[in-house]
Amino acid sequence: MEAASVLERRNFNGLLDALTARGYRPIGPVLEAGRIVYGPIQRDSDLPIGKTDIHDGGMYRIADRPDDALFGYNLPSDSWKQYLFPPHSRLWTATKSNGSFTVAAEEIDPPRYALLGVRACELAAIRVQDTVFTGAFPDRQYNAVRDDVLIVGVNCGQAGGTCFCTSMGTGPQLTDGYDLVLTELLDGDHRFLVRSGTATGADILRELPLTPATPADCAEAEALIEHVSGHMGRMLDTDGIKDLLYDNAEHERWDDVATRCLACANCTMVCPTCFCVTTEDRPTLDGATAERWRTWDSCFSLGFSHIHGGPIRTSVKARYRQWMTHKLATWIDQFGTSGCVGCGRCITWCPVGIDITHEVAAIRTEEAVHAHR
Amino acid sequence: MRKPKLAVWKFASCDGCQLSLLDAEDELLAVAGAVEIANFPEASREVLPGPYQLSLVEGSITTPHDAERIQQVRSESEFLVTIGACATAGGIQALRNWADVAEFTRSVYATPEFIDTLDTSTAIADHVTVDFELRGCPINKGQLLEVVNAFLYGRRPDIPGYSVCIECKRRGTTCVMVADGTPCLGPVTQAGCGALCPAYHRGCYGCFGPAESANLPALISELRRLEVDDATLVRALRTYNAYAPEFRAASDELEVTG
Ligand code: SF4
Ligand code: SF4
Ligand code: SF4
Repeated sequence: MEAASVLERRNFNGLLDALTARGYRPIGPVLEAGRIVYGPIQRDSDLPIGKTDIHDGGMYRIADRPDDALFGYNLPSDSWKQYLFPPHSRLWTATKSNGSFTVAAEEIDPPRYALLGVRACELAAIRVQDTVFTGAFPDRQYNAVRDDVLIVGVNCGQAGGTCFCTSMGTGPQLTDGYDLVLTELLDGDHRFLVRSGTATGADILRELPLTPATPADCAEAEALIEHVSGHMGRMLDTDGIKDLLYDNAEHERWDDVATRCLACANCTMVCPTCFCVTTEDRPTLDGATAERWRTWDSCFSLGFSHIHGGPIRTSVKARYRQWMTHKLATWIDQFGTSGCVGCGRCITWCPVGIDITHEVAAIRTEEAVHAHR
Repeated sequence: MRKPKLAVWKFASCDGCQLSLLDAEDELLAVAGAVEIANFPEASREVLPGPYQLSLVEGSITTPHDAERIQQVRSESEFLVTIGACATAGGIQALRNWADVAEFTRSVYATPEFIDTLDTSTAIADHVTVDFELRGCPINKGQLLEVVNAFLYGRRPDIPGYSVCIECKRRGTTCVMVADGTPCLGPVTQAGCGALCPAYHRGCYGCFGPAESANLPALISELRRLEVDDATLVRALRTYNAYAPEFRAASDELEVTG
């Protein structure tokens, strides 16, 4: 690991300047109509200064902090997926000519994003999507955006009410995969402990007015991480999770969750690893051209499992089970990692507060009861 | 090859849905190029004789005369698509289905004997076979063009039956129910509007009717938790799609239990 340095709060704009000077478009947390979302960042004043977020099942509120922290919240309502894997994209256009047609792939010239404030679980999620989109079937559009992305991670200074990254082994500390990582220190002088993880990150740091970190700075950062680790809002026991779910495909808990689940798909839309899409062909009325579009879809929609003859997952029970079993079990067989990074978004943003950690726990305890009978 | 004839038929409605076609300014010429417009009351009084390859039916059935007229329209139409909440669910005027229509006519009209109306406002599908139902109050013009386009190419219209929430999230709107505690019908309402209301910090009013897997009991218990009283819930469910089966069953149930 690179040696740590200290960036004073008053010099934070220097970091933004260094990013824009390199042609990056910084995207980070912004306060918009009482919620923190990702948006363009030009100056430090665009950040949600002195604000925090409160998360619980189906509940989110913004609150004031007693300090002027720039990154004193946990997670915005949207995720980086919105930028790396946009909800709509045109894949190609076909044009009719001389009784035949030609197909032109979409030209891709994505902005060079600098993602500012990437949390440990979010970086883990990006890497899960990297595996999906760079594996056996590399996705042109995803990789075009991803290749140029610069990641400025920020370690969490608090745990959110629905967070369980420690359970999933993804946080709260960023360990690698970033260009730069910051820890916001608020004891005494407001400052950031910074480290680079790549040559680009190191180049950027060379331009900033930094001082070497003292052992006290490092100790403060470490204590913070330790505190966060010990205060997770949720917990998920992953021990033998694959077999647990495979063995309990007919568990009565699935019927129970189906009575509560709206099949609204919010959980999949907000999940930073969910990648399911549908494609639509849109011909013009005169038939001269046609476009193929790719749009976020969800395993909670009926059309998603429509094969010839009709949908195969007609019940909500089957759809919830598909979602959770894919996230936590079949994903491991498919991609070698869990599909869940423990960010808690699906819990917070489920309008009825259905909680993946509670659902797993219910299956586990009820299974134990069955086993001991 | 002769162009297919498109006819628009009006029953009990406000004309808002057919106006969506007129409103498709940029695409209207292309539509006129692809089909022969045989009947379109909002655009022209001329009615060409049938049969019609594509009929778009707006409005609900509220009079004995209309109940007969829809049979005629059906018999002359190869492909019949209902457009809008009135035609697919009976519309806002279906509120009469819970009331005494004779009482209404007595209090509104000076000579109620002249009024020849049914006790109910019902969907077109309650009277004739419908080939496709396009939802919305009003319909979305992009979806209407998609239906016309799909008809022209003999493909299934790409009109998803999932919830408004999916559109809400795709456009990057933060959920008003979770972030503000604002009651929202989005989770039980079919997509199509592009999640317009939540983008303006309001809950969904249910203009596109019940979504494919609408779980009304689950949403109702959540809305009660947000302290919406049962009378308000009944009113929320009894708007443009009051008589859509899922909304109707839920509001009736609320009246029984509430
Ligand atoms: S399943 Fe839920 S907690 Fe896990 S990564 Fe997705 S949104 Fe986050
Ligand atoms: S678990 Fe929650 S967010 Fe997901 S589909 Fe069901 S109700 Fe919607
Ligand atoms: S605001 Fe309404 S439509 Fe949008 S996600 Fe929330 S519940 Fe669904």
